[in-house]
Amino acid sequence: MTVKAIEPAVEPRALAKARQRRWFWLEVALVVVCALLLLLVIPAILNAVGQGVRVNQLGRFLALAIAALGIDLIWGYTGLLSLGHGIFFALGGYALAMYLELQAKGGGTPDFFSLYGVTDLPTFWRPFNSLPFTIIAIWLIPTLVAIALGYLVFRNRIRGVYFSILTQAALIVFFNFFNGQQKLINGTNGLKTSTSPIFGVQASAPRAQAIFYALSVVFLVLGYVVCRWLTSGRMGRMLVAIRDDEPRVRFSGYNPTGFKVFVFAVSAALAGIAGALFTVQSGIITPSSSLSTAFSIEMVIWVAVGGRATLVGAIFGTLLVNFARTLLSEQFPAVWLFFQGALFLSVVTILPNGIIGWLRSSGFALGRSLFGRRHPVATYPSLETDPDVEYERQNLRD
Amino acid sequence: MSDKILEIEHLTVSFDGFKAITDLNFSLDFGELRVVIGPNGAGKTTFMDVITGKTKPTEGKVYFKGKDILPYREHEIAQMGIGRKFQTPRVYLKLTPRENLELSCVRHKNVWSVLRGKASSEERHTVNDLLETIGLTSRADIPAELLSHGEKQRLEIGMLVAQSPDLLLIDEPVAGLTDEETEAVGHLLMQLAETHSIMVIEHDMEFVRQIARKVTVLHQGTVLCEGSMDEIQNDPRVIEVYLGKEDEDH
Amino acid sequence: MTAILESFFGGLSIASVLLLAALGLAIVFGLMGVINMAHGELMMLGAYTTFVVQNVLKGTPLESVYILFALVTAFIMASLLGIILERGVVRYLYGRPLETLLATWGVSLILQQLIRSISWQLATGIVLFSLLFFGTLWFFSRRGDFERFRGWFLGVMLPISAAITWFVSDLLGKTHKMPFTRPWFGTQGVDVTAPSWLRGGVPIVPGYQLPLTRLFIILLTAACLLGVYWFLNKTVWGLRIRAVTQNRNMSACLGIPTQKVDALTFAIGSGLAGVAGCAVSLLSSVSSNLGQQYLVDTFMVVVVGGVGKLIGSIAAATGIGLLNYVIAANALGPLLSFSPALTAISEFFASGPMAKVFVFALIVLFLQIRPAGLFPQKGRTVDA
Repeated sequence: MTVKAIEPAVEPRALAKARQRRWFWLEVALVVVCALLLLLVIPAILNAVGQGVRVNQLGRFLALAIAALGIDLIWGYTGLLSLGHGIFFALGGYALAMYLELQAKGGGTPDFFSLYGVTDLPTFWRPFNSLPFTIIAIWLIPTLVAIALGYLVFRNRIRGVYFSILTQAALIVFFNFFNGQQKLINGTNGLKTSTSPIFGVQASAPRAQAIFYALSVVFLVLGYVVCRWLTSGRMGRMLVAIRDDEPRVRFSGYNPTGFKVFVFAVSAALAGIAGALFTVQSGIITPSSSLSTAFSIEMVIWVAVGGRATLVGAIFGTLLVNFARTLLSEQFPAVWLFFQGALFLSVVTILPNGIIGWLRSSGFALGRSLFGRRHPVATYPSLETDPDVEYERQNLRD
Repeated sequence: MSDKILEIEHLTVSFDGFKAITDLNFSLDFGELRVVIGPNGAGKTTFMDVITGKTKPTEGKVYFKGKDILPYREHEIAQMGIGRKFQTPRVYLKLTPRENLELSCVRHKNVWSVLRGKASSEERHTVNDLLETIGLTSRADIPAELLSHGEKQRLEIGMLVAQSPDLLLIDEPVAGLTDEETEAVGHLLMQLAETHSIMVIEHDMEFVRQIARKVTVLHQGTVLCEGSMDEIQNDPRVIEVYLGKEDEDH
Repeated sequence: MTAILESFFGGLSIASVLLLAALGLAIVFGLMGVINMAHGELMMLGAYTTFVVQNVLKGTPLESVYILFALVTAFIMASLLGIILERGVVRYLYGRPLETLLATWGVSLILQQLIRSISWQLATGIVLFSLLFFGTLWFFSRRGDFERFRGWFLGVMLPISAAITWFVSDLLGKTHKMPFTRPWFGTQGVDVTAPSWLRGGVPIVPGYQLPLTRLFIILLTAACLLGVYWFLNKTVWGLRIRAVTQNRNMSACLGIPTQKVDALTFAIGSGLAGVAGCAVSLLSSVSSNLGQQYLVDTFMVVVVGGVGKLIGSIAAATGIGLLNYVIAANALGPLLSFSPALTAISEFFASGPMAKVFVFALIVLFLQIRPAGLFPQKGRTVDA
């Protein structure tokens, strides 16, 4: 066996650039294809086989996936585990629901107020009469709340589990507020959106629902593009640096607070949009559905199942877990909690990188080995190009 | 105002009554390479913590280029031009050496410029040159967690230089390195010393001898003595601190 | 004066419950940096244990002092579960606090559902499965070459054990019918009645009685505090726990068995949760979401108190408890009567849930001044 001299694999710059560009267009094409599938093909198939109700479910889960993208951004990339994203989800949902409640009465005081003897519309409801204001409020209010909360917390270097606990406490606070203030926001009963007119039809009408479904797909794609842009460039590296060693970032001359507040706000805006789209497709928003501790932690597990720090994983995990939930709780309601608990346990201990992470690290290798092909060993470039090592390898293999 | 880049006056740091540094006075000239030695617990690392803003002193003043830097926080001090290398190499493990260096050499370190940020051709050149200097060109694009300990040490020094600070604080740069690597780091430091002021904390006396012009000995949180390597080695107080009192040995 | 005394004792009794619940959490968090989301469920377990002990001793001469037996049993039960939790899950996740948080949340979901649906059928199923699976696992793992066929073993034994368990419990369910398949506790809450000598109250001031159960809890908390203080400061294992809390690696080098220390700490922390559960079962009806009600408040105690000092937890629990009570009961209302705006504000927050809103705002403000809690750790090692 002869030993070949191996040239160091230094790629010319132009070639590397061309390769990058190729990958970029491939990704764009994949995203467009997936979006078109979701928009045109899948609903048509589901309707054709008489599973129309699944389209609505899929639409809601796609909305949830938008929130999952935000969670992935802050947890997967930046290492901030928020257990309070339900706050932003609910703020977005309530903003749209308030607009729709007002529309149902043609701008008058919604019916439920009379139950509590309130005759005048509370002041903070008034701006929600306008659609443009509502559309801005859906993402802006969560963003502002996130900026305020994030600034107060991150400024003092409250990190890790402390941050998680505080976000959870904030969630409880918002729950208490929305749940207790019947005279302001209808308390436990929440707000209904199904009977309100929007785009000239009732919000629960098939045509409106089809529009909301399409909007969910569009915003999911937009959210994906934004997150992809944020995480691929210098910002993405900054976030990873903060996740891996925040004090070091300071000594490099960066102030992590600004970056953390920024990314927290972006993820809050995503959660707000998700909340609005989800609410309008389920027809109601209540404090116990959107502001419960369980719901907010669940968002994290969607990302964990799919694979954190992989945006595709966040979307994939959300759809997978939620469909599993629907199927399981339709069949065996009591089993779902056991299953969910086991899911938390097993994902964290057995699959810490989630399904997509596992596929990337060892899944493909397993697939290759099943087809009898060896996975290239990732190691030092110097080892790869070292003739001695190569010689040893070839001799040992035979 | 003066030719001192760093002046420290009557510095005292105490943690819950325990004094890590007691009434320490210290100054460093522009362009000087100073080595700080001292037995364990002498307060060397706390000393660096104070200069870089990580720990706030109980008493005393720290002037950098004549400016009081105590009110500022870590990242502000870093932006003023003090760079620090930690005892154990701290690089961003999931990023490649190239990305590590790029992050460090960005001039405008606020959210918006990072968001818009694309490496300018000037920055790319700086990074490539630095990779050359620290000898990591061939490993520029693999995750830093795959680097060896010595390579990480060199990468961190590279990151420090990328920040283009005026004063470099370097904590035990050759801990855990082979003799060859130690020598390489020594040359790197000497090279840097031509354009920067440097303060090095080190235990390895061989290495100190290789690079030192002037040495400061810390003991129990205060400056024991200062001078050239030979003066230090013959100072009875230093011998006492490192080897113990004669009569206690028996 | 009356109002002040009343709010003081009212707040104190809330604070003592909080402190009792947070004590175990604080010890575990201080030692291992682990936030145990299942802590509330350990409390729930303690409460249900109390319920069971009460029913077992009903009609026996020991009925009047069942609460003492319940305290001990609750401590033991919760400790055992804590050890299983630590050995089975948490120890694999040290150094990954966020993952631990998620994993223990999973455990808490399982425990909640378990208490709702546990029946003789489910219980035999669990025991049978554990015997089959872990028994064979133990048997085979003694062989030297176990690692080689580990994957195969799991792949084969897991479905086999599950299938046998499923078959047997299904068969038993069919033969014994309802008594066997009916859940023990169900989704409805169960009630623990305080023994006769704990009913009634002590008149503190005219017009206000401190219920005896509350007084009992205050005394119980004090006893637990003293016990924990004694244990940590006067015993060998307490010394070891403190050593590991301060410097894990150094302790390991000195020959302290850190794994045992971890398990022991977790057991004690969990046991205290069990005791806390036993105590709160005297206050209200016990249901499967009992843990969730206390979880966030106890976390806040840990956050405000800081890590590693008992006194921090005590001060934080007292502060939060008093504030909660004073605001919820609108005890300061009469003092604010001079200003209609302030009165309106204090009335707005004058309910249990809204008081929590206000207290949270105060906590966030407090953390602006003391980010590391009341009694932060200092020194070079912090935030290295």
